[in-house]
Amino acid sequence: MSTTQRSPRTARRGAVLVAALVALLGLSLAACGGSGSSDQASPSGQQAAPKTLTVSAAASLTDVYQQLAQQFQAANPGTTVKFNFGGSDQLAQQVVQGAPADVLATASSKTMQTAVQAGKIQGEPIVYATNQPEIAVAPTNPKQIASFTDLNKPGVTTVVCAPAVPCGAAATAAEKAANVTLHPVSEEQDVKSVLTRVETGNADAGVVYVTDVKSAQGKVQGVTFPQATAQGVVQTYPIGVVAGSPNAQLAQSWVSFVTGPQGKAALQQAGFTTK
Amino acid sequence: MNGVPRFLWLPAALAWLLVAVPVVGLLLRVDLSNFFALVTSDAALAALWLSLKTGLATMVCCLVLGGPLAIVLARSHLPGLPFIRSVVLLPLVLPPVVGGLTLLFLLGRTGPVGGFLYDEFGITVPFSTTAVVLAQTFVAMPFLVVSLEGSLRTAGERYEAVAATLGASPVTTLWRVTIPVVLPGLLSGSVLAFARALGEFGATITFAGSLQGTTRTLPLLIYLQSQDDIDGAVAMSLVLVVIAILVIVVTRTRDVR
Repeated sequence: MSTTQRSPRTARRGAVLVAALVALLGLSLAACGGSGSSDQASPSGQQAAPKTLTVSAAASLTDVYQQLAQQFQAANPGTTVKFNFGGSDQLAQQVVQGAPADVLATASSKTMQTAVQAGKIQGEPIVYATNQPEIAVAPTNPKQIASFTDLNKPGVTTVVCAPAVPCGAAATAAEKAANVTLHPVSEEQDVKSVLTRVETGNADAGVVYVTDVKSAQGKVQGVTFPQATAQGVVQTYPIGVVAGSPNAQLAQSWVSFVTGPQGKAALQQAGFTTK
Repeated sequence: MNGVPRFLWLPAALAWLLVAVPVVGLLLRVDLSNFFALVTSDAALAALWLSLKTGLATMVCCLVLGGPLAIVLARSHLPGLPFIRSVVLLPLVLPPVVGGLTLLFLLGRTGPVGGFLYDEFGITVPFSTTAVVLAQTFVAMPFLVVSLEGSLRTAGERYEAVAATLGASPVTTLWRVTIPVVLPGLLSGSVLAFARALGEFGATITFAGSLQGTTRTLPLLIYLQSQDDIDGAVAMSLVLVVIAILVIVVTRTRDVR
């Protein structure tokens, strides 16, 4: 009759269900955030304590940095290098917003400057490598593209990066230096997308970097052009330790390692020019 | 509200907040002083116009192709109907990027169909506005098909049977009985398809590329601007949120009546 009164059993069952739901929610959130760096909370200072170095690096550094991390970890036992690869603008923004990172390595001085101006970089960032644009074409260069101006030849489908992203800014600067205006069929979000367009044969030519042509391992051919070395066209790679990093010392040794002989060798092999 | 067990209230409130709070966060982030300038820039207007244009074209494609498909699924007795239906649902489950890749491999210049078109007629499908509509239709079609098939099944076949006994041909029955009965479902399905097309990102950028005025729809512009012009991206996002709310209002008020 009295439907409002709940039996203790029902109430308890309700409480159990709530607890189960909450536990489930916590579990699922924890699972989603599995890559969180909870291990940084452990007290450091002891020599044997495992340390995790978090490096926010431009996507174009992925291969080189992963290779260098192996060597770095071998040289520093107990150290794990974790990467956050992405677009330089986004990485710099994340660091400015206080994302947990010990080292910031961007693909342009402009993006690094964002972090420097926000007081998020310890000391001066070091410019340790440069990368030049190159035209990627299909192997054997069927459309016979020999210069930047050839990208405007009739019947040539060209793809570039959008001017808002670094590789697009470089392409725009190259256009100015070569005194031509390109008519691309698409302005991609990142340089790898440009490379894919050429690799899959949907575009005849794309403006990418020397390192991208190398990484494609023969799937595309590179065509160099003299404007690639002009001011504003060359891409610079600064690196800096994030201010307030709990692993500042380790971060500093990563910077020294990347800018040192081993880092240089790996960078050059990937097509970068080192300083 | 004595029908709702009490322990459901907390998760229900959390669910609602999870959706509502980020939108409020977006509102707080909007740069009001420059809002008008940001949403009326050349790039923004081109993207808005392209989004509306391709969204409407997608809606028409979904109606013309998906409408008949829904009727076949709801009314015919083809063998293998469950299989056909699950294929139609595929774009709902697939990440749109995968949809874009499948379209690219089929219709790209080196794909089996795209290669033929390019070699024989010199037609390149990717990088065109047509490609945007194709990508959007791919992801939006299930919304119309599912919604319309549901309406058709709920309406049942009684009226159609009566029409047939009164001597109406199948074609007459379709136009005079079936379509009027499911019109609400048809409309809300179309609006849903349009809304899904407006929000389409992954398939479009993978298959069609990104060029102002040709293939760069609103979501693509927002993603691009989020790289270096956050204020612009936020302003454009707000425009999409407003359109989304309008769409929901239009479909819901009619559904609830």
